[in-house]
Formats: sequence, structure tokens, C-alpha cells
Amino acid sequence: MPYIQLRQMQVDQTGTIAGIKARGELGTRLRDMGLVPGKEIRIQGKAPLYDPVSLRIMGFTLTLRNNEADHILVEVN
Amino acid sequence: MGIAIALAGNPNSGKTTLFNVLTGARQHVGNYPGVTVEKKQGRCVSGIDEFHVVDLPGTYSLSAYSLEEVVARDFIVKEQPAMVVNIVDASNLERNLYLTLQFMEMGISVCIALNMMDVAKKRGIDIDIAKLSSLLRLPVVPMVARTGKGRDDLLKTVADHAKTRTKSLKISYGRDIDEALDEMVEKISSEHFLTDRYLPRWVALKYLENDVQILEMGKEQNPQMDAWLSSVARKLTHHLDTTLDTHPEGMIADQRYGFITSILKQGVMTCTRNKNRIETSDKIDKIVTHRFLGPMLMVAVLMGLYQFTFTYSAVPVGWCEDFFGWLAGRVDGLLSDGLLKSLVISGIIDGVGGVLGFVPLILFMFLGISFLEDTGYLARMAFMLDRIFRLFGLHGASVMAFIVSGGIAGGCAVPGVMAARTLKSPKERLATLLTVPFMNCGAKLPVYALLVAAFFSENQARVMFIITLISWVGALLVAKLLRSTVIQGPATPFVMELPPYRLPTFKGLAIHTWERTWQYIKKAGTVILGISIILWAMMTFPRLDTATMADPAPAGTQQAAAWQTGEEQVDPAAAALRHSIAGRMGTALEPVTRLAGFDWQTNIALVGGFAAKEVVVSTLGTAYSLGNVDPEDAGSLSERLQSAPGWGPITAFSLILFTIFYSPCFVAVVCIAKEAGSWKWGVFSMAFNTLLALGVSIAFFQTATWVMS
Repeated sequence: MPYIQLRQMQVDQTGTIAGIKARGELGTRLRDMGLVPGKEIRIQGKAPLYDPVSLRIMGFTLTLRNNEADHILVEVN
Repeated sequence: MGIAIALAGNPNSGKTTLFNVLTGARQHVGNYPGVTVEKKQGRCVSGIDEFHVVDLPGTYSLSAYSLEEVVARDFIVKEQPAMVVNIVDASNLERNLYLTLQFMEMGISVCIALNMMDVAKKRGIDIDIAKLSSLLRLPVVPMVARTGKGRDDLLKTVADHAKTRTKSLKISYGRDIDEALDEMVEKISSEHFLTDRYLPRWVALKYLENDVQILEMGKEQNPQMDAWLSSVARKLTHHLDTTLDTHPEGMIADQRYGFITSILKQGVMTCTRNKNRIETSDKIDKIVTHRFLGPMLMVAVLMGLYQFTFTYSAVPVGWCEDFFGWLAGRVDGLLSDGLLKSLVISGIIDGVGGVLGFVPLILFMFLGISFLEDTGYLARMAFMLDRIFRLFGLHGASVMAFIVSGGIAGGCAVPGVMAARTLKSPKERLATLLTVPFMNCGAKLPVYALLVAAFFSENQARVMFIITLISWVGALLVAKLLRSTVIQGPATPFVMELPPYRLPTFKGLAIHTWERTWQYIKKAGTVILGISIILWAMMTFPRLDTATMADPAPAGTQQAAAWQTGEEQVDPAAAALRHSIAGRMGTALEPVTRLAGFDWQTNIALVGGFAAKEVVVSTLGTAYSLGNVDPEDAGSLSERLQSAPGWGPITAFSLILFTIFYSPCFVAVVCIAKEAGSWKWGVFSMAFNTLLALGVSIAFFQTATWVMS
């Protein structure tokens, strides 16, 4: 299965998080909110200007900006 | 004193609802010492036990990256509550337990209040409470905070367990980290490094997590230990980086989640449905955040909020005005003419009336915003608008503050500044606080109306539209400027939860709204009364004595003499105003403001506008010797200005520009200082805005005059 950046995922596409490349504050924040390797996600929608993106993870909805989504690698289904 | 408990939990987990259920109306709102983070405390009684409850800020984690998190963990370490009641959303167990784990690692006794059991059940999530409790080795009480179900159980459990000391949780973080931790713990224990406050293992963990606060503390207490621990952390970081392409911080977080997953998999949580399935909330979102429908709906909601805040509050605002008008009338009759009467009416009653006049506005605004916040719509607005606001270094959630301040002409910067509280990112919040006063508040409108009617009577609507546009563009550009200079720094991560849509409880809305309003009355009231008296004094002293009253020749500068000969008859009120400190300031500033086209009369009016922007109109009236001018009906002043020397469309527009940008009124300045947590920012907004306004007006006036000539 190919790894792609979360930014490239389409709405309603699902996948499993393979890695978080961000460090420091952003890296901590992403992990605090449950974005850790092994978790399944589904892209829920995009804002009217295609940024930020909203996704489902562990049963709740999370939003992040595209430049933050770039740090997340996903193995898509 | 009772049993001290601290309420902790994720945002949107129902923490505030639980706090209200526990304490009812017996709560007290303040700030944590030295910071602007709100601290709520309250008392509650159950059976023979009395509890003292402190509501910690809602956080997802306990890192040192946000003020809220530092405040929460500092409180626990310093105040040593008997128990932390960790409210956990049962429908979102996995992520909520991440915070619980961090409390357990600190070695504090924790009790889980497992909230929203009803929602979890509806979603097909079944939780084995006894098992969760035994695996985590801490009490777990199921509850539904909205209805108060489980309240007494929770309090009983807290009372039973408060005295028992729990053993701290030790998670295995994998061989590499565990080895480093053991090595560090040994030395930390033998050197008693920070152990007066923290557990050795926790300190070691924080060094591996590169926690700024603990690192600083460590350096201060024992530089050698700090250097040694840092070197161990560095070595480990390098090792993990080269072998596993990861770093301790990430690995620790991953292992914490791993620990939670392993617990939940032991039969604690069973889901009869797919966790990421589409819930009702998501269906609503398909429409509410839709590409085209979303923004349209948002405009409608903002207009609605605006109508609600400013239209419905007009009636109680009117009552306030009537009351203070009546009071002024009574005093007028009771006291004889003189200083005391002037002080009581113009200084105190107008000042207090000014403060209280905002109260209905703030009440309605907070009611509206709390409703939008509690339903979850505010987060959706931030989501939709973030792309635009981010360009200027702001946050999607900034929009609320801008709209309330007068983004739709006629708002008010005071509730607008307070609306910035919904922003969680500190830098974006400060930039919002400092730029919302550029919006066109209701008090600036009479000034525009006067000038537009006098000089742009053919294009009134168009000019008003241009004014709105200028203030928006100006505010956003200044935000960008501030974010790249004084409030520099990368954007705070946006990562935000979109909470499921919920119907707010009436009690929650009422408590929240009242709290905020009362805070405003209490905090702003005292300072504002003081400033109001100072402003009154500035426009009254030094006084003309009776001799000069009869022959009102102001103490003789040349300008004054010239001015006096220019006028056939001098009105004593205008002369007295000119003689006052404010008048002298106006005259002294004339050489500078001339460049923007303003004479000394305009300057005095602008000084008066610092009290409240609509005062510009009435002060202009006095300065141009028209006696009392009603800001709502300034027809005569309009005609007077048209014929006054030096006035024309260019001067008028220059003054409009100045009014948009110059110092916020002092009520707004006080609020900015309070919200930003420092008077520095209040003073900054006065000085910076005024200089900016002067710059803009001079640039416009000079260019326009040059082009026209």
C-alpha cells in the first residue's frame, strides 16, 4: 500500500496513519489530539476554500490546516 | 474548608456543565495569579461532606506549550488538591484517557467522572465500568452531567477515596526510553533534583519531552544536573532519530496511546458500530460547511447575531439612558450651578452611565455567542473562515470579534474585545484584540453621518460603504503588520476539534452570560469611573475666572488672538473649553494636525472622542460655539461646518479616516488591557492607533490636496 500525505487524500477516503513527521509544538499538538500511527481516519470534508480539512478519528471530528496535514503520512485503503 | 477537588478534562467533555451541576450558583470567577486564564471556584455539599471545587482550564494534554496546560499542572502541584476529578467523555473515551494518563503519571489521586453515558449508548458504545476501574486502578463513576445523573455517586466516591494515596502509573515506553528513564531517575532521586514538587520519573520524562518549563526550573535549581539530564536526552534523541526515525516526544505519546488501546481492548469498550461512521452531526456538517450553502448560512447567522445583540438590547439600553438622564435631571435640580454639579453630572453620572450603558449590549452579545459556542457552530465558522484570516496572521475564530466590534457597521468594540475570548491561540488572540477597534462601532456612526451629510450628500450610501471597506482592509493589514513585528511568531497550530452539535442548556447559558457581564461591571467599572473623572477635569480645568468670562480672551497666544478676531462673538462655553487642558492640547497640536487638515476645534473634539466617539460631535458643537449639539440630530453643525474656513470634502474625509483608526475609546482601552493581561497593550493601542491614524490622514490630506490643486 502506498503512503501519501494527508493533504492529498480525497473526501470520504479512509486510511491508517503511518507516521507523523512534525516535531516540537506542532508534533505534540497533533499527537495530543490522537493523530498517532496506527489510527484509522476518514476524510470528512474540506472548508469552502479547500483548507482546512476535517477528518474522523477514534469517533470524533478533527480539523487541521493543509500545511499541518503535510506532516502526516497515511497508508490509504 | 472541606475537601479540595480540582475538575479537569478535555474541552467539550462537559466540564463546565459538571461544574455547574456541582456548585450551582455558588461559584466565584477570577483569574489564576498573574495570567489571564479564568479560574472558577465553587462550593458544594453532599451529605455530611463539603467540597471546594476548582475548575481547571480545559486541556487535551499537560505539555508546556499552552498557558492553560501549564496553569492546570502548576495548580495541582502547588495547591495539592485532595483529588483530581477528571471528566471523561464516554463517547470519546480513547482520546480523553490520554489526559487521564498524564495525571496518573504525576502521581495524583484521580477519579474519573465518565460523562455522556447516554450519548455513548446511543452510538452503540458499551463500556465495562468495573473493568476500566480495575485496570486503571482508580474509581470510575458513570454519569450524565446535563441531567445531573450520577452527581451524588461522584461526590460520595470522591469523599471515600480522597484520603487514599494512589501509586503513580508507570508506562513502558520501549527499551531505549525505559533504560534512559531508569538511569535518569536514579540520579534525580539521589540528588533530590526537583523532587520537592515532582516525582523523579515525571521529571525525567519531561526532560525527554523537552518540556520548556521543567528545563528552566531545573537549570535554576541545579545547573550540573540539568546539563547531565539534557545530555542523556540528547543522546537518546540522536539514537532514536538514527535508528527509528523518530524522537522521544513522539515515541512517548505513541506509547501512551498504545497503553490506552491495550486497556480498551481487554473488553473495556465494545463498539457495536464502526467508530468513524457518519453520525447525525456529520450529516448536519455536510450542509453547514458546504462550499456554497455554508458561507451563505454563516452570513445569515452573523446577521442574526448582530440583530439580536444590537436590536434587542436597544430597549434595555434605552432604560439605562433614561435612568441616568433622570438622575442627572434630579441632581441638576438639587445642586446649584458650579463645579460640584458639573463633576457629579458630567464626570460621575455620565461616566457610570457610560459603563452601565454597555451592560445590556454585553449581556445580549454573550448570550448569542455562548449559544453559538455551546451548540458547536462557532468551531464550524472558524473552520470555514480560517483560510482567509490566516493570511493576515489571525485565526478563523477571529471573525466573531470583528463582527461584534462593528464589522457590520454599528457594533461596539467593548463586547467585541471580550468576544475574542473564544480564541484559544495567544498570538492570534492578541492581534485580534488590537485590531477590532478599527471596525465601525455605533458611536463612530454619528461622526460619519455628520461629515457625510455635510460634504458627500450625493453619495451617502457609497461613502458609507467605502468607510466599512477601509476599516476592514485596514484592520486586516494592521493585523498582518503586528503579526510580523511586535507579535511575531509562527501560527499556533490550528488542530481543532469539531464537537458534535449539542443543544445548550438554559442554565449553562444563563450562568455563563451573567458571569461575563458581572466581570465587566466589576472590573471595568472602577477604572472607567476614574478615567471619566480625569477626562471631565481635562475639559474643565483650568477654568476661566469670572473676569475673563465677561471678556473671554484666552490667555494670549498669537493664535488665540487671531482666532478671537476671526469671530464676531465668542460663546463663553467655547472659550472655557479652549482654556481647559484639553483645549490647550488641541491648540498645541494644531501645527501637526494642520498637515491632516484639522484645526484646533477638531483636535479638542477628537480628545473628547476618547471618552466616547460620539462625543466628537457634541464637542465640535461646543468648540464651534453652537452650544449643546445632539449627536443624533446634528443638522445645524453640518451647515456650520460647510461654511467654516478650511473645511471641505478633503478635510472631512481626512477626519473620517482619522476617526476609523485613532485610539479606541477609553472603555475599549480598559477592556483591551484586561483581556490582554497587561496595561502595556492598552497603552500600545492608544499610542499606536493614534499615530497610525495621523499618518493615514496626513498622507491622504497631502496627496488629495496636491492632486486637486
